[in-house]
Amino acid sequence: MRRIGLFLVSMVIWYLLTWPYNFQNQTMDWQIFFAGIIFSILASILFVEVFTKYPHKLFAPVRYFWALCYLPVLFFYMLIANFDVMYRVIHPKMPIRPGIVKVKTRLKSESGRTALANSITLTPGTLSVDITDDGYLYIHWINVKNTDVEGASKQIVARFEPLLEKIFD
Amino acid sequence: MNELIGIVCFGIGIVFNFFGCLGLLRFPDIYNRLQAGTKCVTFGTIFLLIGTLVYAGFNALGIKAVLCLVFILITSPTAAHAISRGAHHSKVKLWKKSVIDIYEEEGEGKK
Repeated sequence: MRRIGLFLVSMVIWYLLTWPYNFQNQTMDWQIFFAGIIFSILASILFVEVFTKYPHKLFAPVRYFWALCYLPVLFFYMLIANFDVMYRVIHPKMPIRPGIVKVKTRLKSESGRTALANSITLTPGTLSVDITDDGYLYIHWINVKNTDVEGASKQIVARFEPLLEKIFD
Repeated sequence: MNELIGIVCFGIGIVFNFFGCLGLLRFPDIYNRLQAGTKCVTFGTIFLLIGTLVYAGFNALGIKAVLCLVFILITSPTAAHAISRGAHHSKVKLWKKSVIDIYEEEGEGKK
């Protein structure tokens, strides 16, 4: 199962990278096509250890639907984040109150936590520094409003957690 | 028309990249600089790649731009995380007006 998942993922990426089909004269580059199959099989035999441990999640269409819903949310917060940083950069007095706070997440899977940490880094005023095994994240916050764990979690993590839980857990 | 939209996207991307670089120069310590660097530069580069996609259309070049977009979205925050964690472990201090540093108080997550 894991090998099949890795085979499909690496083959899709290979075809997107090389793009063997030519739309203008409707021809297929068979050399690239078969090379993709051979090297995907090789990769799925050799590198199965670094692949995700729960490959059945790759074959659940509901997760892709929620991932599509997640993209506009992430894009919206990234837009806010950029105007936030622009405001702080242009302002002559630089209104920043930086500090490192601690938040708690209830996500269980490793890929879910990775996605959460990356989303936190891309959204307004926060940068994830470290994560512990029991689900605590250390966040560098450019404008600290709450120093306790619950309040900071509500302000930083709560806006992503429900969607990410549907995608990865 | 497509060329016009593509060039507008290039313009937006370059503006965001410019503010990211300005933040890199103005902010006081490594963590704040990483904030400006990661957010603005990722967003600006995403706009540059979307502009490439619109400009080139759905052919080999445009598809590669989309693939680069996905990889940048994954790798750029991860790199920022690695740099900030490494900096904190090598005893780089926060800015002197910083409010709180729980990470330092709790022994860098070892407790």
